Amino acid sequence: MSPADSPAASTAAWDLLVVGAGPAGLAATIYAARAGLRTSILERGAPGGQMATADWVENYPGFPEGVAGVELGLKMEEQARRFGVTFLTADVGATGLQLAGPDKTVAGQRARAVVVATGSRPRRLGLPGEDRLAGRGVSYCAICDGAFFRGKRVAVIGGGDSAVTEAAFLAKLAAKVFVVHRRDGFRAAPTLVERVRALENVELRLGRVPVSIEGSGGVEALVLREAAGGEAGAREERLELDGVFIYVGTDPETGFLKGKVDLDRAGYVITDQEMRTSVPRVYAAGDVRVKGLRQVVTAVADGAVAAMTAEKDLAALAQG
Amino acid sequence: MTEEGKARVVSDANFDKEVLKSATPVLVDFWASWCKPCQKMAPILEAVAQDYAGRLTVAKLDVEDSPGTAQRYDVRGIPTLILFKGGQPGERVSEYMPKEELERWLDAAL
Repeated sequence: MSPADSPAASTAAWDLLVVGAGPAGLAATIYAARAGLRTSILERGAPGGQMATADWVENYPGFPEGVAGVELGLKMEEQARRFGVTFLTADVGATGLQLAGPDKTVAGQRARAVVVATGSRPRRLGLPGEDRLAGRGVSYCAICDGAFFRGKRVAVIGGGDSAVTEAAFLAKLAAKVFVVHRRDGFRAAPTLVERVRALENVELRLGRVPVSIEGSGGVEALVLREAAGGEAGAREERLELDGVFIYVGTDPETGFLKGKVDLDRAGYVITDQEMRTSVPRVYAAGDVRVKGLRQVVTAVADGAVAAMTAEKDLAALAQG
Repeated sequence: MTEEGKARVVSDANFDKEVLKSATPVLVDFWASWCKPCQKMAPILEAVAQDYAGRLTVAKLDVEDSPGTAQRYDVRGIPTLILFKGGQPGERVSEYMPKEELERWLDAAL
């Protein structure tokens, strides 16, 4: 990895550099490599993105029985490696980023085009006790930490597919699972909701808002209040438990892009239909971009489109 | 028996001797076989063991083999790293960190 301004580094090592090895990034590399582009992918942690934290993926086409999130991620990684994609460990946030101009520099790597596929991270609730007790009973990943709660009592906070699916997963391990959601109804798919309602060790707390997480060494209790009627005088309930799993959405991983590409007010990358951002030969794919539906299936579609648009744009550049 | 500059394995059985009674600060890595980010951190921790040899010991504890110690320190999520000094648990972090970030965290905590 030579510095971007080194006289020896006159040619970029890569045609396409993908940042983030979740499904969008992995799909982009598969398409790019098969199109003959010298392709590499940067990943800070383990490949798979949020697939690696989903217990079971039931709605990805091609898997009638569903597939473990981890397995789906591993298969995509294996496929990318098979096509000769180079995997690099790097944290893009920590080092210099240069996206303007003919050669881009990301984490010391030079490339003619870049696909940003950094996805999103779990959203925090911002509750008292939430940060202090992270890893001590507060978790954002049921399959990662569920094992610590065998026979114990936990709460899952959230109302979407993830919250309901992971509550069902936890119900297999924990003695008791409370599902807490501020609305009276779930946003989640009806089939998932039916499945979790039917579980005898699951208790719902709908129309409830979490107030605080209590505990000295580890989580000891979750305080809830009624969502309706405002804070003054609302009845509180203190649930004694050992763990709180938070599934209230995600925020885009775009802090490192501020001022470099156009982002919307929530921080998502603005692109056109071909995944182009406001900077030539910089593309975005997957959860990180402004879009309607954030799923594995739409992430891989974005990745493929981004790669093929990059290929087209690089070819046009060569023709001058 | 244990070399300086290498991560050592600790368990419920030897935690007191290897960690609590250590004169040098000990960074305990709580991990388990199912934890992918833990696997990714393993070589990072070996590198840290080498870089900080003499002023820090790195110890690995499998929470499945040693649930008692995990419970004692309220470890309910992994990866979790806890820095022990003079037998007392101090700074802790419960997320995957790349090497540079971990070393910055350590330099501040040591």
